[in-house]
Amino acid sequence: MSAVPVDIAAAPAAPTVPVQGKIGLLRRALQRKRTWIGLVLSLLVLLVAFLGPFLTPHSPTAFVAPPFTPAGSEAAAFGTDILGRDVLSRFLAGGRTLMVLALLATAVGVGLGAAIGVIAAYLRGWADEVLMRTGDVALAFPQIVLALLFLSIIGPKLWLLVLMVALGHLPRVARVVRGAALSVVERDFVRAAESVGIPRWRIMLGEIVPNISSTLAVEFGLRLTYSIGLVAGLSFLGLGLQPPTADWGLMINENRIALTVQPWAVILPVIAIAVLTVGTNLVTDGLAKAAVGSDSGVRA
Amino acid sequence: MRRMLLKRCLFGLVTLLVVSFVVFLATQALPGDAARAILGREATPERLAALREQLNLEGSLPSQYLNWLGSLLQFDLGTSLAAKQPVTGMIGPTLVNSSVLMLSAAVVATPLAIVIGTWSALKKDSAVDHATGIVTLVLAALPEFVVGILLVLLLSTGLFHLLPAVYVGTPGQQVWNDPAQLVLPALTLVLAVLPYIVRIMRATMLEVLDSEYVQQARLKGVPERTVIIRHALPNAVGPVAQVIALQLAWLVGGVVIVEYLFRFPGVGFQLIDAVANRDLPLVQALVLAIALFYVVVNLLADVVTLAANPKVRTAR
Repeated sequence: MSAVPVDIAAAPAAPTVPVQGKIGLLRRALQRKRTWIGLVLSLLVLLVAFLGPFLTPHSPTAFVAPPFTPAGSEAAAFGTDILGRDVLSRFLAGGRTLMVLALLATAVGVGLGAAIGVIAAYLRGWADEVLMRTGDVALAFPQIVLALLFLSIIGPKLWLLVLMVALGHLPRVARVVRGAALSVVERDFVRAAESVGIPRWRIMLGEIVPNISSTLAVEFGLRLTYSIGLVAGLSFLGLGLQPPTADWGLMINENRIALTVQPWAVILPVIAIAVLTVGTNLVTDGLAKAAVGSDSGVRA
Repeated sequence: MRRMLLKRCLFGLVTLLVVSFVVFLATQALPGDAARAILGREATPERLAALREQLNLEGSLPSQYLNWLGSLLQFDLGTSLAAKQPVTGMIGPTLVNSSVLMLSAAVVATPLAIVIGTWSALKKDSAVDHATGIVTLVLAALPEFVVGILLVLLLSTGLFHLLPAVYVGTPGQQVWNDPAQLVLPALTLVLAVLPYIVRIMRATMLEVLDSEYVQQARLKGVPERTVIIRHALPNAVGPVAQVIALQLAWLVGGVVIVEYLFRFPGVGFQLIDAVANRDLPLVQALVLAIALFYVVVNLLADVVTLAANPKVRTAR
């Protein structure tokens, strides 16, 4: 996949109002069926995760019936788990933290990564070299192992989990954003802004960032999908929320030994995570397809 | 070419040095007193002092690091706090097990992905191509432990009862003695790396099929089969090699959760166990081993990419 060379004469003029590009991207993405399907799937799970905690029939940590009461019983629609807690209530209550943590980690990771990428592309020279070489070293380390190392030493703190997932995204985002920003930096309107003495930080925020908004949108979607998987995975490993709190990753871990007796306690959270990640990835794919040709034809 | 390789090797070494420093900082310097963190609040001063000495916690930070690095280079990774055994002996067998698992996944995934990608490219815009596109998109989105559990539900506890859901082995038994136990963890890893290789293979193949030399061969009347196998495939595999190698490097990290899920006796499972026991020397050794593996596979990826690219191969 290489950057599409844009015929200068045929290329549209640089947008005078950069915001239009953003709305155009969304509109183009929504012309694809898969973007819609992805949106519906993601919103469905988000709805369950954020409204669920208010709809639980029982307390998610209370003993309601003997352990492994089968699904369809009066006390518990989806049965009870290994400790006799209501599976449905735990499922409804257990998604919110995962969503919040994944969104936070993505926002921090993509925000900081984009800042580093834009700064490296704009300043060039030794700053670029130092930032990108440091990133290369960070890339030579599996994201999950780094998170495991620090979470095991400092302890399963939620802020640390967010930080580690975000830090894992940072060098990857920075590399992509730098690539996209490089060709914007060379454009005339940046020169023009420099010549009238606009400060550098305002050029980066006001001139460069709006012109790489498609890249940023795609990158956010991609990293969000990975964040959900990583946060859920780390919580599955026992490094996120701690028992007895209801949490999808934790639920899967607690109940997987009883998969044959009470499969719902595993199936519900697994399906929810699967539907959500597939949904966000479909939206991202739609955005990426729509972004080809925008962003001054930079997107690879 | 030789100079580029040397440069990559040097970069790998620097990376390992940085990794060792991070591991050292994280495990020994960051949380205040590692010895107290392990022994708890009620530890006697004598026991604290003894553990501090065992963990190389005496002296200034730089000298601690150099001591630690020195013993590391002599393959002395310390003594496990939980098992009271030398760490070096403990991680040997698990490294072998993980390698077997990753290798079996790689051996299955690579040719399979190349075939599917090529097929999809040849049948561009057909139902097969669209189905492949959707399936790879879905698989790429799913976290690997979700894929693993769905496979367990499908093949061992729910619909079919074909394969064991978790690894059950007796001590001393080698993992390859009972291949049925390897299938689910390996299959999970295969499904995790497959979509990326398929997608890049398809894209590269489409580019190659559109090239002048393929059209020339067709115009000459070369049979389509020969065109694809002799002319198109060799030229497409080169660019794909790097993605394959990167995916295999990813396996080194992805194996952690998958091993934990299937209780497979490899480095990943051991690492989670060591983390739960706060077994610092073992955690250090395992993280370093994983990093070493990662750097080596990445280096191989660079070598393959360089070797596959004629422009670089012939350049000085």
